Amino acid sequence: MKRLMPLVSIAVVMGLASLAQSALNDYYQRILAVIAINVILAVSLNLTNGYSGDFSLGHAAFMAIGAYTSAILTLPVRTKAVVLPDLPPWLSQVELPFILAPLISGGLAALVAFIVGLPVLRLRGHYLAVATLGLMVIVQVIALNWQPFTRGARGINGLPPFTTVLWAYGWMLITIAVIWRIVHSSFGRAMMAVREDELAAACRGVPIFRTRLLAFVCGAFFASIAGALWAHLITAITPSSFSFLITFNVVAMVVIGGSGSITGSVIGAVLMTLLPELLRRLETALAIGGQPLYGLSQIVIALMMLGVMLFRPQGLMGRRELPEVLALIGTGSTTHSPHVNTTSEKTA
Amino acid sequence: MSVPLLQVRDLDKSFRGVQALQDYHLELGSRELIGVIGPNGAGKTTLFNVLTGVAPATRGQIVFNGQDITRATPDAICCAGIARTFQNIRLFRRLSVLDNVRIGLQAHSHDRLHEVVLRLGGFSTKERLLEQQAYELLDRLDLVEYAVAQADSLAYGLQRRLEIAIALATRPKLLLLDEPAAGMNPTEAEALMRLIARLHSEYHLAIILIEHNMRVVMGVCQRIQVLNYGRLIAEGSPEAIQQDPHVLEAYLGVAV
Repeated sequence: MKRLMPLVSIAVVMGLASLAQSALNDYYQRILAVIAINVILAVSLNLTNGYSGDFSLGHAAFMAIGAYTSAILTLPVRTKAVVLPDLPPWLSQVELPFILAPLISGGLAALVAFIVGLPVLRLRGHYLAVATLGLMVIVQVIALNWQPFTRGARGINGLPPFTTVLWAYGWMLITIAVIWRIVHSSFGRAMMAVREDELAAACRGVPIFRTRLLAFVCGAFFASIAGALWAHLITAITPSSFSFLITFNVVAMVVIGGSGSITGSVIGAVLMTLLPELLRRLETALAIGGQPLYGLSQIVIALMMLGVMLFRPQGLMGRRELPEVLALIGTGSTTHSPHVNTTSEKTA
Repeated sequence: MSVPLLQVRDLDKSFRGVQALQDYHLELGSRELIGVIGPNGAGKTTLFNVLTGVAPATRGQIVFNGQDITRATPDAICCAGIARTFQNIRLFRRLSVLDNVRIGLQAHSHDRLHEVVLRLGGFSTKERLLEQQAYELLDRLDLVEYAVAQADSLAYGLQRRLEIAIALATRPKLLLLDEPAAGMNPTEAEALMRLIARLHSEYHLAIILIEHNMRVVMGVCQRIQVLNYGRLIAEGSPEAIQQDPHVLEAYLGVAV
């Protein structure tokens, strides 16, 4: 039964996604797709920020790489001749199907992460956070100035709207599955060991640098795929689409959900996508004297984040995962000691 | 025992002009259990840091098992077969006891990313084996009942034992123990002494033991080195060391 759970949930998610795609209107479909993309972003950022303990702020950079790469690769050749006339011939003649473009984008971002990671991951803590933030600025500046490839500040629009709810949720499931497997293996344990105590990890045979680099590169791969999906959902990208705001949002999803919990990242992403959407409706509904309460949603969200940080600084899930929580509920809440709490996890 | 397991020659370690270790040398047989003693600040822990690559030597050469490890990184030295514990216990505090041991065990497992992601190459079998080995090791150190507990929830003495378990998990040929009896009462220290002696024979280990507790050192060590101000001032059997005038001077001061 327990072995079948992942398969059952995959079937359920994909079933619901295809149902949503045929039954819901564009607005809801778009929100559902954005949720899936945010889940991909949060779960992949969690690899560094939650598991290997490297606080990265560069996620928007990899997202931008994914979005632009996928855009250039999938734009129809005839459109490309008009929109990006100065592309080199080997790119202007390409028109890839949507199953390939995100993969190539992911590979490119992973390569960039590898090259950038070699020097940058020698830093730690705040220094690393600032350096990855610098990476985001560099990518934005390149996108602004590399006219033949990016059209600069005008951005690229009229992208084929490939990203459907099904695509988004398909990639979301792949992301969760791959990262879940990495985390629950020797690689994941090595990452957590580095997070807990780098020196002790090194003395117990954990290759520190390689482990941190792996987390960074994998995170970049999936961030890039999320960027590609996002580009083909919104169908227009500009350099300013991939700003600090996005990075901040994704970091908030991870922190609120619980750093070091994949379940937490999923919950954080869903909450941080849905709540602003719901609260925005309240702004007009709660009009006082005909004056809508614009800005209310941001204030409420900021207060909720404050509340989570004050009363549950480890995030909603802490470092627990869904199977553990289910097992806990199953055994009843009588078992308080940590010794008994997690026994059921072992048998899972 | 013609070729020593560990050979250290002319070892110097200085930190910005401060000589922490000077002209240190050691030849250690593959089943030897020796003690390193000396007053606080004598360079004992520095010696371990140099041997494990945490603080590379300023001068000198370290050959372990026929391999020059003077400039090797800590993880490479661990995989070559030197494991250590720390003076102030260093566990992966928020991970389970089982995961702590598994991290030690996987030093030799060399998984590949695609095998992990696609569950190829007998991944599940390997994981099961790793877990089984972890439980066996915990069982031999009487820690099995705490397997799923969070490491930092363990009592102090158990944390010390867990640290030894993690070190053993990396399958060392040489085990470096840095004051394992620190903070223990006489009964606990006695039990630890028996444990060290038992592990020494069961795991076919060489052991270097840094310890302030003289009963423990004199009780288990075959040979003792005494450090003072980073220099080796005496070396010999426990009986000889207890009589050595230099050692008495270092510990008690000069007779007036």
